[in-house]
Amino acid sequence: MSHRKKPSNAHGSSQSTSNAGPTATQEEEDDATFTQPSTMQVQKGLEKLTPAQVDQKTAEVVQYFLVKDQKKIPIRRADLVKHVVKEYRNIYPEIMKRAARTFDQVFGLKMVEIDPKNHLYILINKLEPVTGASPITNPTNPKLGLLFVILSVIFMKGGVVRESVVWKILKNLGVDIGEKHEEFGDSKKVVIEEFVRQRYLEYVRIPHTEPVEHQFRWGQRAEVEVSKPNILLFMGALHGQEPQSWSQQYQEAHRAPNSSQSGTSSQR
Amino acid sequence: MSRQMGDSHRRFLQTMMANGMVDEQGAKRVYQYCCEIHNTQHAPDKLDDFIETINSKLQPMFMNIRKGMSEESGDQFYALVNMAETHVTRMTSDYADNELELFRKTLDLIVYSEKGNASSTDILNSADTMTTKKLKKSETQQLLNRLVHDNWLNEKRGEYTLSTRCIIEMEPYIRTMYQDQVKVCHICRNIAFQCQICENPTCGIKIHNPCVARYYKGKAEPRCPACEDFWPHEIPEVRRPRSQSRK
Repeated sequence: MSHRKKPSNAHGSSQSTSNAGPTATQEEEDDATFTQPSTMQVQKGLEKLTPAQVDQKTAEVVQYFLVKDQKKIPIRRADLVKHVVKEYRNIYPEIMKRAARTFDQVFGLKMVEIDPKNHLYILINKLEPVTGASPITNPTNPKLGLLFVILSVIFMKGGVVRESVVWKILKNLGVDIGEKHEEFGDSKKVVIEEFVRQRYLEYVRIPHTEPVEHQFRWGQRAEVEVSKPNILLFMGALHGQEPQSWSQQYQEAHRAPNSSQSGTSSQR
Repeated sequence: MSRQMGDSHRRFLQTMMANGMVDEQGAKRVYQYCCEIHNTQHAPDKLDDFIETINSKLQPMFMNIRKGMSEESGDQFYALVNMAETHVTRMTSDYADNELELFRKTLDLIVYSEKGNASSTDILNSADTMTTKKLKKSETQQLLNRLVHDNWLNEKRGEYTLSTRCIIEMEPYIRTMYQDQVKVCHICRNIAFQCQICENPTCGIKIHNPCVARYYKGKAEPRCPACEDFWPHEIPEVRRPRSQSRK
């Protein structure tokens, strides 16, 4: 199991050595059967297909993304190729290009590769969130409130937090991980399994701890989906303070023009 | 013909994706809201054109925003539907094979019934004839609750009917699968389940209950619009349209 060396104040700088040992190797093996075709191969592949065939395959990829996105599960390139793209793998880049264009132009969504090593994709909303009441209330997931609190705690504490700290804060807010919660059920499971699977959180063992202890960081989805300036505004409102009064967090939140993009990977 | 989509269209589509189905009043309000946010022109009577623009871009993805009527209230609804393969695409990610088989059996019972409903007893009994992995009675009941919760079925006093969303989404599938059984409403020409039937055996047309109410409103002696026979059923009252303020 590899761990980030040090909780440097900027998150993500050591992204490439991220979590999860066994699954990563599994993914690499699956993915090894797939090599990106060259531009030349794509050209040749397209010549053999009718435009309708390419459109059909693009539509299937779009549908696959939309179904997975409903449950916020990241899409693995290996799965996508195996279950959807199949015999069209020789024109995979072209199909992805078209699917991304459709998400952008029709749905107002952006396809983002959150993990360039394991080739994981998610969809994020390109439309600005609107404050003020929408005429109809979208069904919101109550778990997202729980998530927002945890992400705020991690952010305010410099990017990494021991799990015991998080459990204590949640308990103060009425969510006791030792008890069944009426809304979330097993809340610990929601946090350390569901949020981790959805890549909102990273949950990593702290080395050399006895008994075993874990710590939380922001997951890759949180980095691209959750606005840090908004978290500061929320904290400011909560404590009756100006967001600027947390100078380190304020700098971090406003570091890059699109702060949500900066943290993911240095490659892009 | 098809105009370009703007952010107001995209926001409207996202709202449809989050909700699945929206009533007509709600859709009009969302339309206005989306136009205001993105500073685009809003023409109150052009909702269907607005949706048509979205549909022209959704079509290649085998998706569509379709309009339909509630068989109970007669209200209009808009639903985002998936036309890929059959209805099952949307359901397969949420239901196991044997659960889908039970749903199909329920669909059978409803389509072959006179009034467009199936009792829980009949559905529970039909579970005995399943060919895939059999469901226990308690599992079947749980599954029915889930189908109601996920808005595929409605339940009232132990009788199950197809939800409006289910009818809008599965109409093409039902029309293909039950070609000889399915009838359309004589008034609105949509597929009809919960309805009244002309008792003249050579006629037997169907009319939705809300369509009956509207059609016979103020008529002294109700007669079948097709065969002119006396219409022997109770004529329901026309429901007042839902008030603007209701969310």
